[in-house]
Amino acid sequence: MSTRTFGEPIKRNEDRRLLTGQALFIDDVELPGLLHVAFLRSQVAHAKIRKIDVSKARQRPGVVAAYVAEDLGDYWKPGPLLVPPPPIAGIVFNQRTQVPLARDKVRHVGEPLAIIIAESRYIAEDALDDIDVELEQLPAVVDLERGLRAGSALVHDDVGSNVSAHVRQTKGNYAAAAAKADCIIKRRFRYEHGISSPIETRGVVAQWDARANQMTIWDTTQAPVFVRNGLAAMLGLNERNVRVIAPFVGGGFGPKIMMFYPEEVLLPWVSMKLNRPVKWIEDRLEHFFATTHERGQIHDAEIALSRDGKILGIKDVFLHDGGAYDPYGLTVPINSQCTLLGPYVVPNYDSTFTQVFTNLTLVTPYRGAGRQHGVFVMERLLDFAAHELKIDRAEIRRRNLIPADAFPYKNEIIYQDFQPLEYDSGNYEPVLDMALEAIGYKTFKEQQAAARAQGRHLGLGLACYVEGTGIGPYEGAKVQVQSNGKVSIATGIGTQGQGHFTVFAQIAADQLGVAVTDIDVVTGDTDQFYWGAGTFASRGAVVAGNAVNEASKVVRKKALKLASDLFECSEEDLVLEDGKVSIVGIPEKFVRLGDLANQANPMRGAVQPGTEPGLESTQYFGPPMGATANGVHAMVIEVDPRTFDLKVLKYVVVHDCGTVINPMILAGQIHGGVAQGIGNAFYEKLAFDDQGQLLNASLADYLLPTALEVPRMELGHTVTPSPLNPMGIKGAGEAGAIPVGPMFAQAIEDALDLKERGVELLEIPLSPSRVFELTRKSGQ
Amino acid sequence: MKPAPFKYIAAASLEHALSLKAEYGDDAKFLAGGQSLMPTMNFRLAQPAILIDLNRIESLGGIRPGDAGGARIGALTRYRNLERDAGFARMFPLIAEALPHIAHPQIRNRGTIGGNLSHADPASELPAIMLALGARFHIQTTKQTRSVEAPDFFLGALTTDLQPDEMLVEVELPLSKPRTGSCFMEVARRRGDFAIVGIAVMMTLGNQDECTHIRLTFCGVGETPIDASSAADHLIGSAPTEKAICDVAASVQAMIDPGGSVHATADYQRHVAGVLTERALQTAFQRARDGH
Amino acid sequence: MDTDDHDITVSVNGVRYKRRVESRMLLSDFLRHDLALAGTHVGCEHGVCGACTVLLDGQPVRSCLMLAVQAETHEISTIEGLTDKDGAYHPLQQAMHDHHGLQCGYCTPGILMTMTAFLEENLSPSEDEVREALSGNLCRCTGYQNIVDAVMAAAQRMRG
Ligand SMILES: Cc1cc2nc3c(=O)[nH]c(=O)nc-3n(C[C@H](O)[C@H](O)[C@H](O)COP(=O)(O)OP(=O)(O)OC[C@H]3O[C@@H](n4cnc5c(N)ncnc54)[C@H](O)[C@@H]3O)c2cc1C
Ligand code: FES
Ligand code: FES
Repeated sequence: MSTRTFGEPIKRNEDRRLLTGQALFIDDVELPGLLHVAFLRSQVAHAKIRKIDVSKARQRPGVVAAYVAEDLGDYWKPGPLLVPPPPIAGIVFNQRTQVPLARDKVRHVGEPLAIIIAESRYIAEDALDDIDVELEQLPAVVDLERGLRAGSALVHDDVGSNVSAHVRQTKGNYAAAAAKADCIIKRRFRYEHGISSPIETRGVVAQWDARANQMTIWDTTQAPVFVRNGLAAMLGLNERNVRVIAPFVGGGFGPKIMMFYPEEVLLPWVSMKLNRPVKWIEDRLEHFFATTHERGQIHDAEIALSRDGKILGIKDVFLHDGGAYDPYGLTVPINSQCTLLGPYVVPNYDSTFTQVFTNLTLVTPYRGAGRQHGVFVMERLLDFAAHELKIDRAEIRRRNLIPADAFPYKNEIIYQDFQPLEYDSGNYEPVLDMALEAIGYKTFKEQQAAARAQGRHLGLGLACYVEGTGIGPYEGAKVQVQSNGKVSIATGIGTQGQGHFTVFAQIAADQLGVAVTDIDVVTGDTDQFYWGAGTFASRGAVVAGNAVNEASKVVRKKALKLASDLFECSEEDLVLEDGKVSIVGIPEKFVRLGDLANQANPMRGAVQPGTEPGLESTQYFGPPMGATANGVHAMVIEVDPRTFDLKVLKYVVVHDCGTVINPMILAGQIHGGVAQGIGNAFYEKLAFDDQGQLLNASLADYLLPTALEVPRMELGHTVTPSPLNPMGIKGAGEAGAIPVGPMFAQAIEDALDLKERGVELLEIPLSPSRVFELTRKSGQ
Repeated sequence: MKPAPFKYIAAASLEHALSLKAEYGDDAKFLAGGQSLMPTMNFRLAQPAILIDLNRIESLGGIRPGDAGGARIGALTRYRNLERDAGFARMFPLIAEALPHIAHPQIRNRGTIGGNLSHADPASELPAIMLALGARFHIQTTKQTRSVEAPDFFLGALTTDLQPDEMLVEVELPLSKPRTGSCFMEVARRRGDFAIVGIAVMMTLGNQDECTHIRLTFCGVGETPIDASSAADHLIGSAPTEKAICDVAASVQAMIDPGGSVHATADYQRHVAGVLTERALQTAFQRARDGH
Repeated sequence: MDTDDHDITVSVNGVRYKRRVESRMLLSDFLRHDLALAGTHVGCEHGVCGACTVLLDGQPVRSCLMLAVQAETHEISTIEGLTDKDGAYHPLQQAMHDHHGLQCGYCTPGILMTMTAFLEENLSPSEDEVREALSGNLCRCTGYQNIVDAVMAAAQRMRG
């Protein structure tokens, strides 16, 4: 291999189509005879359904059909449980999954009641007004604590309470540790994560071809293979007769992996029923209710420490808002529970959570997937401990970091992938040092004092985190040399901008000696690649990337073998580069890869027994468990002490995600994560009233950060390869977003001397108004 | 999010537009820049039966000199036209200072002054500025023209004095006196968002730097733009001191009754109104004294 | 109220199209579905996200807040017309590629239309000016930094 592309900032293969407006996104799918869908959605959070009459809507010119739950017959079924509860002793889990159309009761605003199919989306929306609906409104469960009290309204009457799940996990003996502690700090924290709000909303196009007995579904999903398998089963078709294509997807960040959304289930059914292609594109208003959220937790947490700031143990009891249904099992709260431990030695841990059903949109993972909540609790506890024990906040963190020689480090509790939580590798202290250096930690106090003398209020924030990434079960890849010498790679994951078209090409390019630009990657088409799990939990690059690597290695071997037969020389005497195999030292003696591929598929003659035709290989990779990345963020902000508005002056990220395939793409992932973290910390808040109505369901009022709110970020990294895969890579998709909340809280306190004023910021999101209110409450 | 059906008529002239409005009244809406109307139609919160597009009426746009100095701004003048007119910015620095706070470049390329004022969003910057500048609104029907002072135009949230057959055709801004300093400030969650609190100040000084005239108005803190000039009455006659300015801020806080929103509590709005009062009065005073 | 249709002639990227449209047809839908110029994206249909930004007589506007009938006699420019005749990138397209200014690419057409128009007017922008000009376009993937860098780089290249 002459020019290695692995580890280089290779520009992306996928850019050209995107930059010229030629990439196919879901709403770009146009088919002859295409019909358009709109949903009648509940306007209230909790109600008994008295009547839904669509007969008038059916009469409207341009309307082709209209259905309610009863029209679905046997097809009406609650969705499958995507993630069953992990094997934890004593676990309680009440499975109640979402339904395609509400039948007896509606359980959140936006739950679909009826579906209209019309010649255009305009007409379909017109027809929504024709539907006669009678709902008997019930009190809504919105507040987590009130929802658990006796006498609360019940989201699912038959459960008998609003408990969706209850889990306790322990490590060591917290009570014994606390008894010996010099200092115990106990606080109540509230952390709300918002909505992922990709700029492209969701969409589904379904086309039933009765002649071919073939269903084709375009879907903005992060997991096309699962969608195919599930829909085939529901529709009574063979999996081979269903093709799911995730075209270019305009951002996912988690909620696009949820399945089965009601729309995903209904569109194929409608297409079959009408024998016409149908399209539904979620509009932005629908997106606020119909696409899953992440939302909030309330933690009652305490930390026990020795005088020198060593953590003896942590106890945490928290409530998690699960929303109206729980198809995603316990993934989010388990992530919170596990990630709370962070990069620190926590010898004793006692963590209990209750997942609560509420009359709000479903909660499923959104970038970070509960990790933020846990990191917020831990980092804030350390801040208060540092203050109490008069230890510098960087120092208290340093004292508790897991030492480099302690890996693999076992945390003794069960993680979201059902494996015991174990950190594969890491070297945490240098990461902290680099971040402190980059933010100018040593001199910050002076800088702060100098600014203060001029009436400017600067504050510094610092937070550490770990990120479980690259979990199983597995992914596969098919690598195939075409007769023109170009290489095609197919995998089963979906892609939403993570640069998979390029990083997979880089991996194969190095093995096969072809240019990255000569490698075409197909993702998200179940007809191109049959098996796989999906893009979630920062796993695409790790798991599918390793599968590409394995398959490329096999193809390389095959090519060398074929060429060695051809040239009658040993494989060691061959080099594979520039798209050809040549003999070392005799560059004019070569054969092109494309020609080898042709020869591997002869028209005549005998093929040796045991050889497969073609220059291709399909390989699978499944890591034994997830790889753990880590990092430190630090920032300096300036706060207006009277309006509480703030500006980020400097932002630093230092992280370690093992071996890096493409630093440019990695940087982009971090930048985007930080931007979402900033949104979460200070701008984005889902504001519900006590009847479960979302009060800010528009992008004018749900505040995504713009280029003016997101600062320039400086990145640094260290490399501790993962031993869990041959390439040594760890995921990085969520790292940017995870630790931003605690940093905002910490930096604002720092800038405004809030600790001295007896004000603590124990919640996220914050806002100028909220900080004002908190300072007022404390009488300042 | 597609608009409900309507009939679209591109008015060929002012007369055409007015006669259509006379005919259809409340069933019809004028379409100016569309930057407020179209979003509400896409949400189906507005479902006018008839849309009268004003965009082809060239005479409705543009800035011309006012009768007694000052300027007359045609209703169809876009933010963009004001933003790019250096002479206008010199004449009305208050408007120039506020424009970058209004939405984003793409919106300002379309949005019109007449549309903004007729829409009468209480959190919008321009209505408060019109109050501060003492603007006069020229209104026309097929039969008559009339004019009203800014305070009489804004009647409530999204409600104006415009009758079903009327159009706002022009806004007249008087020239400010010499030694006038202006200042616009706002607190919004993000640049380009509607104001949580916005303040516009016009302060005129006499030869001894004594304050001779003051206008102090707010957006975002009530159902209409709020004229709080009376809170600053006691500044008249002497050079504003820090103490006097603080007193104004306190009076403003006592006077306004903000409603709060998902972005800020009413208490915060009241508090910030005080902070901005101090800051904006200081700045306006300095500008008046220093001659810019 | 009954709907009504209009015959319109619109010029998009220099090509004249004659079509019959319903009054309420949004310009964004018209471009995407009637003219099959699907490079213009739709993210919110209430004027906030900027994905639908096109040029109306050279100026960036939201195509979701305009009616197709209003485009009659105007010149519209969309992402499909940004490369030159031979398909070569506009300097900003090139810079976006070089600086990794796009991830999912959904916001990208709107950003390119906004910022190419911006560069027409300001070839020596400061970073703050670029961010200000970009503030009407939401991107959920990139954190904007690489987009800002791309615009600065394109400006430099265009200055020559
Ligand atoms: C994302 C976004 C952010 C925004 N941010 C802000 C902001 O920060 N501050 C702010 O002030 N505005 C903001 N706006 C609104 C914007 O300023 C609008 O352009 C303006 O409010 C309306 O002007 P228009 O010309 O677009 O009017 P239109 O939307 O066309 O019309 C508005 C209303 O006025 C009526 N109308 C229009 N012209 C006349 C007339 N001559 N006579 C009588 N009635 C008439 C219409 O029938 C309609 O009812 C924002 C808009 C968007 C989409
Ligand atoms: S789709 Fe037009 S601004 Fe979002
Ligand atoms: S690149 Fe995905 S929204 Fe901008």
